[in-house]
This record gives sequence, structure tokens and C-alpha cells, in this order.
Amino acid sequence: MQGLNPFSRMQGEGGRPAPARPVPARPAPAQQRVQRRDPAPSRLAYRLNRMMLRPIVRRLVHIGIPAFLAALVAGIWLSDETRRANLTGGIDGIVDKVQHREAFMVKMMTIEGASPVVDKGLRAMVPVDLPASSFDIDLDTLRERVLKLDAVEAVDLRIKPGGILSAVVTERVPVVMWRHARGIELLDKTGHRVASATSREVRGDLPIIAGEGADRAAAEALALIDAAGPILPRLRGLERVGERRWDVVLDRGQRIKLPAEDALQALERAIALDRAQSMLDRDIAVIDLRHAARPVVRLGLEAQNAIRVARGQPKLDANGQPIDPEIAKKTDKNSKNNG
Amino acid sequence: MRDLCQGQRAMRSMRRQAMQRGVIAVLDIGTSKIACLVLQFDGPGQFRETDGVGPMAGQSNFRVIGTAHTRSRGMRYGEIETMAETERAIRTVIQSAQKVAGVRVDHVIACISGARPASYGLAGEISLSAGKVTEQCVARVLGACDVPDFGRGREVLHAQPVNFAIDGRSGLSDPRDQSGNKLACDMHVLTIDGDAAGNLVHCIRRCDMELAGVASASYASGLAALVEDEQELGAACIDLGGGTTGVSVFIRKHMIFADAVRFGGELITQDIAKGLRVSHAVAERLKTLHGGLEATGRDDREMIELGGETGDWDTDRRAVSRADLIGIMRPRVEEILEKVGEILDAAGFDFMPSRQIVLTGGGSQIPGLDVLASRMLGQSVRIGRPLRIQGLPHNATAPSFSSAIGLALLTAHPQDEWWDFDMPTEHYPARSLRRAYRWFRNNW
Repeated sequence: MQGLNPFSRMQGEGGRPAPARPVPARPAPAQQRVQRRDPAPSRLAYRLNRMMLRPIVRRLVHIGIPAFLAALVAGIWLSDETRRANLTGGIDGIVDKVQHREAFMVKMMTIEGASPVVDKGLRAMVPVDLPASSFDIDLDTLRERVLKLDAVEAVDLRIKPGGILSAVVTERVPVVMWRHARGIELLDKTGHRVASATSREVRGDLPIIAGEGADRAAAEALALIDAAGPILPRLRGLERVGERRWDVVLDRGQRIKLPAEDALQALERAIALDRAQSMLDRDIAVIDLRHAARPVVRLGLEAQNAIRVARGQPKLDANGQPIDPEIAKKTDKNSKNNG
Repeated sequence: MRDLCQGQRAMRSMRRQAMQRGVIAVLDIGTSKIACLVLQFDGPGQFRETDGVGPMAGQSNFRVIGTAHTRSRGMRYGEIETMAETERAIRTVIQSAQKVAGVRVDHVIACISGARPASYGLAGEISLSAGKVTEQCVARVLGACDVPDFGRGREVLHAQPVNFAIDGRSGLSDPRDQSGNKLACDMHVLTIDGDAAGNLVHCIRRCDMELAGVASASYASGLAALVEDEQELGAACIDLGGGTTGVSVFIRKHMIFADAVRFGGELITQDIAKGLRVSHAVAERLKTLHGGLEATGRDDREMIELGGETGDWDTDRRAVSRADLIGIMRPRVEEILEKVGEILDAAGFDFMPSRQIVLTGGGSQIPGLDVLASRMLGQSVRIGRPLRIQGLPHNATAPSFSSAIGLALLTAHPQDEWWDFDMPTEHYPARSLRRAYRWFRNNW
């Protein structure tokens, strides 16, 4: 704003007027300005600074040395046996304390859907005595062990709130009996073993299958038995032949040989033949349906002998050998005498 | 000139090493301040056109990652006077630039402003036996330039081929593969005082840095402050520095002349300090805050408090008008510009097609300088600020940084120098090679 001042005043007084101030006072001393130190780094500081800027040195100082020191301190501290034992004991104690809190304890076990035998086995399988901490019960391992029981199809294990170990068991249902060289077993619908049986009479209501490898084809056997409808009263059982195909065994020693493939159709065909011509009521020992294009029938001994008598041929005995007429007469006579 | 060539070649290979590493520092050692820029070279192809970064005059392949400047110590007239002090200043500036950049820098390119530069125009001519110019022919014609006596203890700082002519067709910038019978060349050689250059090299070595090149500060500031058209059509760059005032003349993108006056801004400060009887720091503050060259009537009424710390009330409470200050500064600036004008006359600047004058450097910030300079030197005068380069902070875009920025540009795109061409074959020790070859053939 100096430009606005009257010009003459400046000229007349020759510069700025002195400020009005008390006589003895002196101007305040100028503030002691801090003389800035020469900021140049010393040669050593400069070299150290440049060394610290090398990436490897930097990494060493920032990561390597702290890590080394931490490892060193930890190592020295842990070198004492007592301290190590104290440390592990302390950690174990804390872990134990947490794991055995009331919230984590399992007090009882409930089992649903299991028969008494399975129930007993399952209770015996739990590795720890209840009550125990739920951290000690490994449910996955326990489930695998339970599933190894033949009678159990599926098991649902869980720890419910309130400290209950719940097991929901689905048992296998026996649908067929399997007689083989080593005994009799009960099988479910997939052919898996359920239990062993001491005799046929234990479960007389179940159909029976026999032969090696019959358990692996149990599903097919069940289908065949279902399809056997009209001849079911006469059905004795099914026999696996050569681990390959089925024989349907009826009473009176009759036997229907089914092919390895399309056994069901072959059986239905046999039933149809029976229904049309009541074939099975006749004296027929074997109906061989193994070749689909050419069913073969073996007659019973009576029927064969009737044909042979009509033809004037000697009869056959039970072994299929023709009977000498003299011997036949003798025996006839003997039988008459006896009669 | 052969041993000099070796030294310059060693610096070129050092520069190539630095480029491979990707980080290099440029150091502008001036009389009043030392500036250091740390450049990072990313290689070409870092930016695409779609990123919005165009070619940017071919300098988008590097960026500044660290900047620092400090008060210069132990320097006078652009030369090292006290080596330990200068070394400390260089240490300071390099350490702070490294701190900003966060990387270690091992290679440095420096520029020297003083050391009594002298430029020579050399001419050479050879006849072409093959009828065609090859790479070796260029080296040979450069070697055939008749070298004048530079004087005792002079070192060649720049030796740049400026012009080639084949059979009277002059003005070729690249004569290779052209056919003709005679090849002539003009070369511009800039020599400086060898001891000053040696001091600089020694000083940088003591800071554990490898010197990857030395350039003239007036050349570097010309590169930064002149735009491309001015370099092409002919212009002079006047770098008003602290201790020296550098002059460089460019035409057709080549420097054809460089010189330096041993007057600068420090001298103006000294005049103010003497004339007003104030300390150097106060004089510097008066010059930068209130200085000027054209006095008006209003400046008589504008009183400037001098201040001071002598403790004497009358001395500390003095005030001068701005006109007084201008009266002290103006004769000195006129003297500097007169000296510059003499140099330009000696360089034949009047005969150039375009007589553009660009003022740069810290001294060019004095208000009214462009008016005074156009009155004294010629009509077309402008104040030039340095080119903007990528990553440069705002406080380093002032005209006083033009030589540092020009040095960065020169680092990115070095000018062809005489030592960049292969040594002429007749000087190669072919006999010993042939003997070694024969020995190999006989023994294996």
C-alpha cells in the first residue's frame, strides 16, 4: 500500500519514520537463527548407506538377521531339558483343559435302527469309555469300522448338542439264503453277506440259492425267483453252475437249465411252454434252454421205457443201461413171487 | 588423441553397462548448486499409444525416479576449487537422490560448466577407393581431420561430426552407403582444461561412483532448453549460471560452437553485498525476491528492508528502494550480456539464418532480462524452460535445472562422437594377428 501514501511525506522525512518506542528499550534481539549444520554425510556414513541399498544386504538386515536372532534366542531357551518339558507340559495342559470343557464332553450314546446284536457290537467299537471328550472320538474312523460289520449297510454318526453320540444305523435285510461248501449264509438284495445260518430251517421263508459265486449274481437270482410265479410252489431253489449260469431246480428232480445271457427270458419261455402244454407235469427230467434256438428236453426214465416197450426194445435201468430180457423176466418172476 | 579416445570409449562401455542395469544418475555440478537426477531406463515398448503416452520426443523410455539438489561447495567458476568440499556436496546429493529413488546407483554421467571451453571446427577429406561410403570410410574421414594444436593440458570433451559432403553434395547427416569419389566431413571439437576435467573425474571416483560420461553443461542446457525447430534452424542457448554463463550455438540439430563466460549470478550477488554492505545471504535473498533490471518510477517508492544480524540497530534497520537494487544489478547483467555478445560475434552468429536466442539457467529468472537481452543481443529472444521429462518433480522444472535435464536427454540419446566409430583399420596391429593365425595353422 506504499503507493497510496502521499509522496511529499516520504520525501520530506527521508525514508521511513522511526517507530515510536520507550527510550531505554532496545530492539528485540533478532531471533537466534539455528545455523544449519552442514548436511554432508561422512564418507563412512555414505558407504554404509550405499551398502544398505544393495538388495541382498537389505534383505539380510530386514529379514535374515531378525529371523536368525529369533531362532537363536528360541534355541538357547529350549536347550534346557526342564524348560522344554515345562513348555510341552504347559501346552498339553491348556489343550487338555480346553478339550475337556463341559461343552465338549460326550456322555452317552444312542443307537437307532439296530438289532440287539449290532447294537452290542457298535457299543463295543467306540474306542473310549464314555464320558469322554469329543476331540478323542474320531467319527470318521469309527464310521469306517462300523461299516465293516456285515449287517450294517449305512451308519450316520454325529455328536449332538448335550453330549450325545448318536448313531443311526441302517441294517441289511436278508432276502435270500446261500448254501455253499462252507455252510449257509444269509444275503441281502445286492448279494452282500448279512449273517451265517446254522441250518435251512432258521429262515424257511427265504428262497435258497446254491453254488460257488452265487452271491455275486444274487440280484439276477432274485429276478428269476420273482419271474418264477406259477412254478414257485414247485421251486426248490436256484443253483449256480460254473459261476456262469443258473439252473432252476424243481421238486421231483426236475431241472431247467438257463443260459448265461438272457436267463430271465429263457425262464419266461419255459413257463409259457408249461402253461401251454403243461410240460413240467409230464415225465421230463431236464429242460435245456441253454441254446435259445434249440430247446432240448430229456425224458424221464418211465417215459423212455414206455416208448421202448412200445417199440419192443428192452427197458432201461436207472443208470440208462438196457436191461437183459432174461434178467428182467427173472426179476419179474421174483417180484411176482415176492408179491 | 588416441589415448583420449580410449578413455572416452571406456566411458561409453560403462554407459552401456549402466543401461543394462537400467539405473543411471546424472550429475550437474554447478557453482551455486549441485543437482542429481536418478534415471530408470525401462527399455522401449513400455508404453503403448493407447496409454496416452506418445513418442514424447523419443524420451519415453526413461523416467526420473529420484531427484535431489544441494548447495554447491568448493566450486568457483564451474571448476572444482576445494576437492574435499565438492566431494562432500556430491556425496550429499547422491545420497539424498538414492534415498528418494530407493535404489543404489553406481554409474554417473556428469557435466562440467567451466574449465575454459574452446571449440574448434575441423575439416577432413578422403578419396573413396570403393566408390561407396562404408562404416570404415566414416571412421577414416574422421581420423583424417587435421587436428590443430589445442595447447598444453587440453582434453577433448566433445568431437562430433557435424556435416558430411560427398563430391560437393554437402549437408549430409549420414553418408553411409552413398556412392561417390570423395568424402569430406566437418567436425566440431570442444576442448576443456585437462586439470579441471581430471579433478572432476577424481572427485566422482572418490564417491565410489563409476563415471559413464562427461558433457559440457552449455551443450546439455541447449539440448533441454531449445525446441527442435530452434535446434534445426539455428539458435543460441545462453545458460546464465551461478559462476559461469555458457553459450552454445546449434544448427541443424548439431552443436557447432560452445563457450563459457566466467561471469555469473554469484557476481551479481557479490555486487549487491558490496554495494549495500550486507551479508552474502541477505544479498542473495534481495536478488531473488526483489531483483529486477528495468526500473520504473514505482520502484523508487518501493522500500525493501535489508534486515541483518549485526546487532547495530541503525545498520539492521536500513531500507533501500528497489530502484537502488536494480541500479546495482543492471550494469553487471549488461556486462555479462556484452561478454556473451562478444562470444556470439566471434562465433559468427550474425550470419546464421535464424538468430534465435534462448536464455535459460537460474539467472534467466531475473525479471526484465528478456527485454534487456533483446535490446543488447538481437530481436528474437525468449526465456527457455527445460523440456518436461517423465517423472520429474515440479520443483526441478525450473530453468536452473536445464543442464541436468539436458544431460538426462543426452544420456537417453547420445550424440555420435568421434570415438563411437571403429578405429581406422590401418592402425590396427594386423601383423601380430596374422602371425598368431599362422601359428595356429601350423600347430593344429
